Amino acid sequence: MARVAEVTVCRAVFDKDTIISTDISTGASTGTSDILVQVRGLSFSRGNRKIFDNIDMDIERGKVTAIMGPSGTGKTTLLKLIGGQLKPDAGTVLVDGENVHKLSPSALYDLRRRTMGMLFQSGALLTDLSVFENVAFPLREHTSLTEAAIHHLVLLKLEVVGLRGARDLMPSELSGGMARRVALARAIALDPEMIMFDEPFTGQDPISMGVLVKLIHDMNHALGLTSVVVSHDVSETASISDYIYVISGGKVIQQGTPMEIKHSDSLWVQQFMGGLADGPVPFHFSSEPLLADLMKGSVND
Amino acid sequence: MISDWLQKIGHRLLSRFSRVGRGSLFLWQCLLSLPYVFTRPMLLIRQLFYVGVQTLLIILVAGVFVGMVLALQAYIVLVDFGAEESISLMVSLSILRELGPVFTGLLFAGRAGSALTAEIGLMKSTEQLSGMEMMAVNPMKYIIAPRFLAGIISVPLLTSIFMAVAILGGFFVATEMLGQYEGVFWSQMQAKVDFYEDLMNGMIKSLVFGFVVVWIAVFEGYDCVPTSEGLGQATTRTVVHGSLAVLGMDFILTALMFNV
Repeated sequence: MARVAEVTVCRAVFDKDTIISTDISTGASTGTSDILVQVRGLSFSRGNRKIFDNIDMDIERGKVTAIMGPSGTGKTTLLKLIGGQLKPDAGTVLVDGENVHKLSPSALYDLRRRTMGMLFQSGALLTDLSVFENVAFPLREHTSLTEAAIHHLVLLKLEVVGLRGARDLMPSELSGGMARRVALARAIALDPEMIMFDEPFTGQDPISMGVLVKLIHDMNHALGLTSVVVSHDVSETASISDYIYVISGGKVIQQGTPMEIKHSDSLWVQQFMGGLADGPVPFHFSSEPLLADLMKGSVND
Repeated sequence: MISDWLQKIGHRLLSRFSRVGRGSLFLWQCLLSLPYVFTRPMLLIRQLFYVGVQTLLIILVAGVFVGMVLALQAYIVLVDFGAEESISLMVSLSILRELGPVFTGLLFAGRAGSALTAEIGLMKSTEQLSGMEMMAVNPMKYIIAPRFLAGIISVPLLTSIFMAVAILGGFFVATEMLGQYEGVFWSQMQAKVDFYEDLMNGMIKSLVFGFVVVWIAVFEGYDCVPTSEGLGQATTRTVVHGSLAVLGMDFILTALMFNV
């Protein structure tokens, strides 16, 4: 009897109509002023290179916030700073009101378990475990659920990403897109409040990219997740985000809704969003004029 | 010019010291994580298989040959003095006191140590360790501690197996090839080999070698630069540093144990 009820609940949760209705209810329940992650005066450097210079950022609960910028601007580093895997030189990161870098290791792990999930660029699946076991991994580690409950939950999470049929495959047998979807199922296994996506669209074919865009959008709305998407895929990211931060040279150079960013006056932002080859970021790497370089002859002359 | 040179030396020294510091902190965290392994015995059993059982074949083969060669060499030297009945003594004392623990330590560094470094390093470069941290699972507990403990348990067991097969190899050569009586071989050993002085000291050595080699192996994997080049260098360092550490520790332990 209990099992029948459980299955009914599962069906209801993943019924398409129910997703839409949940969407409306979560949209109404989450206040727009509610900040889940607050970054203030954050500075971070690697060696002599300054990655971030006094940046401020707010990530709202229940929204999709995109962090965009060219390769090498430290977008992934920012996620690691928010997740407490790196320590900043200065500044604070508050997640759910707690200063991530002041917490004891056990309190940090507790905060991660409660609020954070992260989808790594490579998927970061455990290669010696099957798809099923990968998704079951956080459940086995952090809950005392029975084997039957874990089995049900894992199948439900895999159903959400459309890979229930791939549960017995090993990570080496998955395509890049499938690996990311499995990693996504694993990231939502413990129902975290926020998921951080590290370059989710990089290296994906158009179909996989479309699937990932849809998944991020649907999960954000259906489950009321807060999503932080780090990416340089402009159109895909802009299509699903509620708010965008554009970072370059260690600073936030523009922020706003996708529409505001699109109509930004900044030439730099226009070049980035439009994918133009030349502009404020020059096509040529800095060097002396071509003629002068040619006249110098080769080193062996 | 001189200041550049001094700066370079200072930089290298500092990076070496910081590495030693990281290694010591790593060991401390690893020791603190060991109790977790007892709550998850399957993790340990699996690693005992990978680290211990899969090293068994190379230990068996090496042990037999080392024992056989020792018996031949002992015969060549001892026969001139008419003392060839002491072959078993020479074989067993060399094996129990020195060659058993040292050979096992070296072979373990080459076979299991390098594999541990490569495995952990690859986990780091494919972000599996980071992923685990973000899932609030401490990789020190889940990945490092079981491997560390499996290494410490495996090396003394492998050493005792090496000792046994090496003595059997020596026995085979002495009795089958050199025509010695079986009774002479065993009685010499029984009369002169001391359980504590010889066997236990050898086992203590093997425990220390296991500890040092597996510490180097897991630390090199955990601390490696997560690129293919960095991983290659870390694996090489495990074998080189692990082997040198075994030989260096052997000298220190021998000096301490046998009151030289």
